[in-house]
Amino acid sequence: MADVNRGNRPLSPHLQIYRPQLTSASSIFVRATGIAIFFLMLLAVWWLLAAATSEAAFGFIDGLLRGWLGDIILLGATWSIWYLMLGRLRHVIWDFGHCLDVETSEKMGQGMFIAATALTVFTAIVL
Amino acid sequence: MQYLTDRKRAQGLGSGRTGTKTHWNAIVTSTLLVPAVPVFVFTVGAGLGGTYEEVLAYFSRPVPAILTALSMIVIVLHTLHEVREAIEDYMHGVSERMATIAATAFAYSLIAAGLLALIKLAL
Repeated sequence: MADVNRGNRPLSPHLQIYRPQLTSASSIFVRATGIAIFFLMLLAVWWLLAAATSEAAFGFIDGLLRGWLGDIILLGATWSIWYLMLGRLRHVIWDFGHCLDVETSEKMGQGMFIAATALTVFTAIVL
Repeated sequence: MQYLTDRKRAQGLGSGRTGTKTHWNAIVTSTLLVPAVPVFVFTVGAGLGGTYEEVLAYFSRPVPAILTALSMIVIVLHTLHEVREAIEDYMHGVSERMATIAATAFAYSLIAAGLLALIKLAL
């Protein structure tokens, strides 16, 4: 790899000294929601497994999920999963070579926050 | 004249050392999230809130059971990818390997447990 430029490449910015921007914040949120959903899927599987096991097991987790704490967790999980879907869709759009300029990327970032919130409200109303 | 192709230049780079394959896999599962997330939210959401008997009856129907299984697998495998990327970025050495193995074990256990539950409910 003798002809590869190794010395004068742009480095990725260090998180602690990097001024927060809409593009970076919306990207960090994608990772955060992705990790959150990974662990929150445990609740869905637990609930299904409890339903398949016994009424007592189901009553415990179902009561937890439908109580006030469960409502908060499920609302957060719903927002997170919608946001993750939109954020990942933005990566696909970028990867196919569209909307790569900063202005459009920032608009998509704003759109992700707004659309995830709107979809969460819609989900809460419908279900 | 350059003898290296662009592909050869990218091979082996990136924090995962696997170059372009990880990225392409992420794009594939990201695209699959677009149908999987609404299907999961509305299929499981429609079942949530019923009594024990209602939930049993709901998931014993084939369509909710198969849609839940399919979307669950897509979401777990995608987020496993996401978690593995985060581990590669911020953890190194033995702890990186152990965390990657633990996350992968957790993901496949979730899928197995979810499928077992759905099969029991559906049959």
